[in-house]
Amino acid sequence: MFGPLICKPGSSKSNKTGPWRTESRPKFLKKNCIACNMCVAACPESCISGQGKNTYEVDLAYCKGCGICAAVCPKKDIEMIKEEGAE
Amino acid sequence: MKELLEGSMAVAEIVRLCKPGVISAYPITPQTHIVEELAQIVADGRLNAQFVNVESEHSAASVVLGAVATGVRAYTATSSQGLFYMAEVLYNIAGMRLPVIMTTAARAISAPINIWNDHQDVVSLRDSGWIQFHAEDIQEAMDLHLIAYRLGEDRSIMLPVMVCMDGFILTHGMETVDMPSQEQVDKFLSPYKAPYKLDVENPLTLGPLVDPEYYMEARFALNKTQEEALALIPKLTAEFAKVFGRTYNGLVEGYQLKDAEKVIVAMGSVCGTIKEVIDELRAKGKKVGLLKVTSLRPFPVNAIYDALKNIPKLAVIDRALSLGSFAPLSAEVKAVFFGKPKQPKNISSFVVGLGGRDITKDSIKEIFRLMNGKDKQAEFIDLKPELLKESYE
Amino acid sequence: MSKTLFAPGHTACAGCGQSMAARLVLDAAGPNTIIVNNTGCLEVFSTKYPESCWEVPFIHSLFENAAAVASGVESAIKYLGKADQVNIIAQGGDGSSADIGLQALSGMLERGHNILYVCYDNEAYMNTGVQRSGLTPFDTNTTTSPAGAVSIGNLRPKKPMPEIANAHGIPYVAVASSGFGQDLQRKVKKAISIKGPKYIQVHAPCPLGWRHETNMTLQVAKLAVETGLYPLVEYENGVLSGRRQITPKPVEEYLKVQGRFKHLLNKPEEIRKIQEIADNNIRKYGLKSETQQV
Repeated sequence: MFGPLICKPGSSKSNKTGPWRTESRPKFLKKNCIACNMCVAACPESCISGQGKNTYEVDLAYCKGCGICAAVCPKKDIEMIKEEGAE
Repeated sequence: MKELLEGSMAVAEIVRLCKPGVISAYPITPQTHIVEELAQIVADGRLNAQFVNVESEHSAASVVLGAVATGVRAYTATSSQGLFYMAEVLYNIAGMRLPVIMTTAARAISAPINIWNDHQDVVSLRDSGWIQFHAEDIQEAMDLHLIAYRLGEDRSIMLPVMVCMDGFILTHGMETVDMPSQEQVDKFLSPYKAPYKLDVENPLTLGPLVDPEYYMEARFALNKTQEEALALIPKLTAEFAKVFGRTYNGLVEGYQLKDAEKVIVAMGSVCGTIKEVIDELRAKGKKVGLLKVTSLRPFPVNAIYDALKNIPKLAVIDRALSLGSFAPLSAEVKAVFFGKPKQPKNISSFVVGLGGRDITKDSIKEIFRLMNGKDKQAEFIDLKPELLKESYE
Repeated sequence: MSKTLFAPGHTACAGCGQSMAARLVLDAAGPNTIIVNNTGCLEVFSTKYPESCWEVPFIHSLFENAAAVASGVESAIKYLGKADQVNIIAQGGDGSSADIGLQALSGMLERGHNILYVCYDNEAYMNTGVQRSGLTPFDTNTTTSPAGAVSIGNLRPKKPMPEIANAHGIPYVAVASSGFGQDLQRKVKKAISIKGPKYIQVHAPCPLGWRHETNMTLQVAKLAVETGLYPLVEYENGVLSGRRQITPKPVEEYLKVQGRFKHLLNKPEEIRKIQEIADNNIRKYGLKSETQQV
């Protein structure tokens, strides 16, 4: 008998951290994106994905709304919008 | 094969036969000979193992933790201050359910600093979750290591085990022992197969943070497993007897208990002295006996009860203290009988042989004599009252 | 979801520099990696039972012994004959690496184990509430070195951990930053290609402890480097072999965006002392770009 001992790999995916957002969320404008992948690399939650220009999306189930993606985008193609006013 | 060996050399050879893959220890008297011999064994190519010379006992225990967590059998040894320095890691190993096997050369603890034998170090670690065996002589010390690996690595147990042998008395004493062959050891002890380990083919997370929602169950499970070990230990010693021809109970050993009126309960090498005194007194018609406790953890409550319930007078020898309260072994033995239908009329507590003070046959005879009086509470034997008069104005 | 070995759903603060760095380190090392972690923010937010964000084998034991546990893992891997197939990374924060874990780290480096040690430097004991550590910079306001009526905060400079690691005679030491992710990954890849003990120190901003906005993490990390306060250097076989050249910015630009330095902004004498630290770094490591006109 061992009790709580070990976690399975990647089991954190069941913890949706999206509800942490209180102020803002990112909006991907998909106008000037150059697919530099800076947003993907910078996101601390690993929840941005995309392949090719103007295809990048955020997984709102995990996004904590830190705003780093918007701050880092060289083309200012990501905007932080109010959490309530989502499309 | 019969050989005359120093205790440390005998244990090192047994460990070699158990084939650990990682050995890591930090030197402390009187464990040093064991580890030095193992270093020579590895250096001569007689054991394929990684020998890791660490910078402290805390790291020695951490190294063997990491090795067993990676699915490789490991070994370490320590005493006294070293045991305390690694204490945090020892509790961690037990909680993580990793079968690390360790020899502790039981030694007194500082302060005052003293390198000679008593049980204060190992008895202080009885709460750690480790299974704790005490050896009476060098042969038993060797055999308990084999049982320890087999028991700790059992899938239903997965607990670390420490084999305590009295420092200097057993580690540096010489005895003619029966050294098993590799074939015999391999028959009794298969290679370690970890049910969970660090493996890139099957990634797992070991040692997570556990909040109040989950923690109690982990500790309950640890406690339950200690209880389950009580049932498994005699089964393993029975198997041991078939392979090696030596019989142990593994939990307790009774000596001349059958019609005894006075029985001493004790652990470790002092039992050898007590047996000799019992032989002398029995020859004079005194009905005396000994109950040796081999397994301090798990504590064999039922075995002790069954062995001693009809004995009128008990004396429990402690070579450790729980400062400010009852001597530890005596407290646990007394607790065995509370609320039970049968119990001894007297259970006295004696503290003997701290810091390597010799326990002579006269000391034991004195205890048998003192048992005639009322219940004694932690009576210290062989004290020198003139030393107690020292003052430091 | 981007392909990563550091899954989402961990409970790091929004904008955590350490979670960013940890993911970059792990993805650079790849799936044949075993992680050994000290107690700290990273371990706590990434492995809260029953959830773990690690897609590789991971073990956490105690606060100070990751380097020693990793030594045991590495010895076991060697024993199993898999030494060439598995990367072993031991990790800890600044407190567990430079203070309580220094002994185990020093032993691991001295014994020559094939382990990469990564120190995530957020410059205080963040997980327990922003207490001062050996890597807390000069004049920093922490909860145990607070700025007050008779104090300007932490009075001691950072313990020179990269130099200490280098003094052990190990083949590779590097300083990296969350603000320069590609550089960090390059250094990790380089480290794991070298046999022997390696030490990488990663500057990891903590929005909570440093008191800056969550979206400023990368910017703050970059400013630390660009002012010369956090030189990104590399040592190979004991010799300084690389440094990131900068066009130095005044330290005030770095200090003014963090609440932990706000008590200094009206004390030009203290700012001058910190500028001196930066200038010494620039001189010592040759950080100034050659093309920069004086």
